[in-house]
Amino acid sequence: MAIVKTKVDAVIVGAGWTGAILAKELTDHGLNVVCLERGPDRDTQPDFAYPRVVDELEGSVHRRYLQALAQETVTIRHGVNDTAVPYRQMGSFKPGTGVGGAGSHWSGAHFRPLPEDFLLRSNMEQRFGKKLLPENMSIQDFPITYDELEPSLDHFEYVCGTSGKAGVINGQVQEGGNPFEGSRKREYPLPPNPNYLGSEWFYKAAKEMGYHAYPIPASNASRAYINPYGCQMGPCNACGFCSDYGCLNYSKASPNANVWPVVRGRKNFEMRTHAQVLKVNLADDKKTATGVTYLDAQGRETEQPADLVLLCAFSLYNVHLMLVSGIGTPYDPVTKTGTIGKNYSYQNLNRVVMYFDETVQANPFIGIGGAGATFDDLNGKQNDPTKSGFVGGGIVWARQPGAGPVRGIPTPPGVPNWGSAWKKSVKEVFRHQFYYEVQGSCMSYDDAYLSLDPTYKDAFGRPLLRMTFDWHDNEIKASQFLVGKAQEMCKVLNPLAMKGDAKKDGQHYDVTQYQSTHTCGGAIMGKDPKTSALNKYLQSWDVSNVFAPGANAFPQNNGYNPTGLVGGLAYWCAKAIREQYLSNPGPLVQA
Amino acid sequence: MSDDKQSPSRRRLIKSLVFVPMGVGAAGALHGGLQTAGAAATAAPEGKPNPYTPTFFNADEWRFLNAAVDRLIPHDEHGPGAIELGVPEFIDRHMKTPYAHGSIWYMSGPWLDAPPEFGYQGKLPLCDILRVGMKNFDNHCAQQFNGKKFADLDKGQQEAMLKEAEGNKLKFPDISGKIFFANLLAETRNGYFADPGHGGNKGMGSWKMIGYPGMRADYLDWVEVRDRAYPIPPVDLAGNRG
Ligand SMILES: Cc1cc2nc3c(=O)[nH]c(=O)nc-3n(C[C@H](O)[C@H](O)[C@H](O)COP(=O)(O)OP(=O)(O)OC[C@H]3O[C@@H](n4cnc5c(N)ncnc54)[C@H](O)[C@@H]3O)c2cc1C
Ligand code: SF4
Repeated sequence: MAIVKTKVDAVIVGAGWTGAILAKELTDHGLNVVCLERGPDRDTQPDFAYPRVVDELEGSVHRRYLQALAQETVTIRHGVNDTAVPYRQMGSFKPGTGVGGAGSHWSGAHFRPLPEDFLLRSNMEQRFGKKLLPENMSIQDFPITYDELEPSLDHFEYVCGTSGKAGVINGQVQEGGNPFEGSRKREYPLPPNPNYLGSEWFYKAAKEMGYHAYPIPASNASRAYINPYGCQMGPCNACGFCSDYGCLNYSKASPNANVWPVVRGRKNFEMRTHAQVLKVNLADDKKTATGVTYLDAQGRETEQPADLVLLCAFSLYNVHLMLVSGIGTPYDPVTKTGTIGKNYSYQNLNRVVMYFDETVQANPFIGIGGAGATFDDLNGKQNDPTKSGFVGGGIVWARQPGAGPVRGIPTPPGVPNWGSAWKKSVKEVFRHQFYYEVQGSCMSYDDAYLSLDPTYKDAFGRPLLRMTFDWHDNEIKASQFLVGKAQEMCKVLNPLAMKGDAKKDGQHYDVTQYQSTHTCGGAIMGKDPKTSALNKYLQSWDVSNVFAPGANAFPQNNGYNPTGLVGGLAYWCAKAIREQYLSNPGPLVQA
Repeated sequence: MSDDKQSPSRRRLIKSLVFVPMGVGAAGALHGGLQTAGAAATAAPEGKPNPYTPTFFNADEWRFLNAAVDRLIPHDEHGPGAIELGVPEFIDRHMKTPYAHGSIWYMSGPWLDAPPEFGYQGKLPLCDILRVGMKNFDNHCAQQFNGKKFADLDKGQQEAMLKEAEGNKLKFPDISGKIFFANLLAETRNGYFADPGHGGNKGMGSWKMIGYPGMRADYLDWVEVRDRAYPIPPVDLAGNRG
């Protein structure tokens, strides 16, 4: 090893949401922290400045802010006996890179899980008996409760300036919010954003169907705001370049705008960009980490010794780093032993587009990342699997993060893809359409997991992460049930035409269609080291000075977007490190 | 679903929209400026392609490209075509970017056949998908049409051939006709719709046609407007107004 850096208290891998939160919390506490980020440095100025940032060709075709798969990607296969092939071009999910990570080009839909989501397996077994769950469905309880996590979820919303309407405060149902949500201690920091036409009509359709619609909590500021760290946000101007783009306006909560500004100048903090972490270094007994090895900006192999190693590299890459470093035991789908890679899950997303005549000013080029309307009448406890035919739940929503013609203009059924007829159609429909989406939960299964690929390598010579995943009957039924409800809702609005179907029986996972970057699991938290990779504080059961906050910790995916929970867990993890670990390093939970 | 079968709820919704009061501007109220912009583009005579010398494509490829994009997005009564908006120039310039050379794609082998739901598994980057595809396409035409290349066929024949490629019915030796077609169409659309600074979409012609305000990126004052079409014409990245 040519270069060995001075030892620090903590090294953080990745400068996205979880990395920023851990850096803030641990430098607050006086620790010396280095953050290693594989991508470039990025900030609102100049990287997201108008007009450069709103170039659709650069943002949505060249994917300027996303990870270049040339360096690192995954391989994908449907079944445990198939040969996986590389994810060569971005489609289904879009991990980020650079300071801010995917947290700089997310949309901002900012949900908290439902209390029942934390205890999914117990709830199902208590309510419906053990026989209800298919044998290969490996869902587990989270090892923490909603009430334990509530202060962290609340804090993250205040850091993000989340705009929404509370549904339940201290047990009291609030008019206009989600009556099914877990009780919160106080209102959202900001009121909801204004409704574009599609969400205004969503309320009318939901009412007609008897659903309890509420504003999607969105970390796109509806008003000027100063967060608890003193970071300023300006009101979102509905620019329409949210998903895939950095915010030109200091309006979308991001690590860049809401956390890094207060951490960057600190004497006990250093950010190193273009620093690709290759592995976590372990002591001979494989029970403690000694630091990490990375390639610096000049490509030199460098060792960063540290007392604490915090994996904040996004769900997939946290698992990859654990596997290539030999942390814990890889999951084996045949013997169902081992934990690293176990319970990979995703999100079950489907869209229905509605087309109207020219009197309906839907203006899809107007967009407010996460804002819109949704309801929970088919999610959580409200979904009775003995009636609907599936375990889990989902939300239907009206959301409009912004659309432009390079991103694609959906056309009604029967319209060809080119020629005069196509032109006529895009001209007629562009401003008079909107869509509703179903975002469903995704259960975990014995045969959906992450491992190392035996053939393909990344640019640094490491085996690629291999994803084994396909839709199971439960998720296909869920899609059919929920999309059916969404279509009924759409019909209430009587569009000229509609397009968008549920998943068909036996349909395979298609990696070419964007579905969401809500990849979950693979290094899950749990009560038992035999069935989970991390304990309730996101600490590795096997290597006690390694923590891995991220959606990798979810034992299965709920019906919501993950980041509210991801941020909440990062604060929860930081609190445990500060209050318990530092005074007494070692396992925080006895196995 | 047809509009004459309006459900009661639909009628209610339409009624609940606040229509513009009669008076100034009411005539153009529903579609105002945009309709006018669209109409102007439509009425315009077919624009001349601007003289551009390709530096990526050779003469045969350039002929193929010009003929193909003219079929994919023709000039017609609905608005400008790909040729007059400079789409071939866009594609020629785009082929020289790192993107077209595969900079953001994973390009290492082995290259295995996989069902389409696993995405492109070939080893050619975009610029070669187009080049190799054009050559294969031209050879195929020459075999089928007595030595004529794609650009020599009449418009109807060209359209029929493109349809066959789209439907994966043309078997080429070096590349899938369907993958070639999909990439050609995507590039044609990119050139038609992307910011004029990239070489296509001259004069923001496509944006005017569909009523897209381009790079304004500021609509807070319009989110809750229901009774009028968005009135402001497009602006591009360089600050030009359409
Ligand atoms: C287009 C898009 C829209 C989204 N919209 C929403 C939404 O509306 N709501 C929601 O809840 N979620 C959304 N998400 C998901 C959300 O972005 C993620 O949940 C969140 O950013 C995860 O935070 P993280 O800290 O785990 O990872 P990230 O924020 O991605 O940060 C990880 C960082 O680690 C770095 N890294 C990875 N590997 C290494 C390595 N080996 N060495 C050094 N650095 C490394 C990466 O470059 C990256 O910067 C969206 C995602 C995308 C892509
Ligand atoms: S829609 Fe709003 S929050 Fe999103 S990028 Fe634009 S201004 Fe920022």
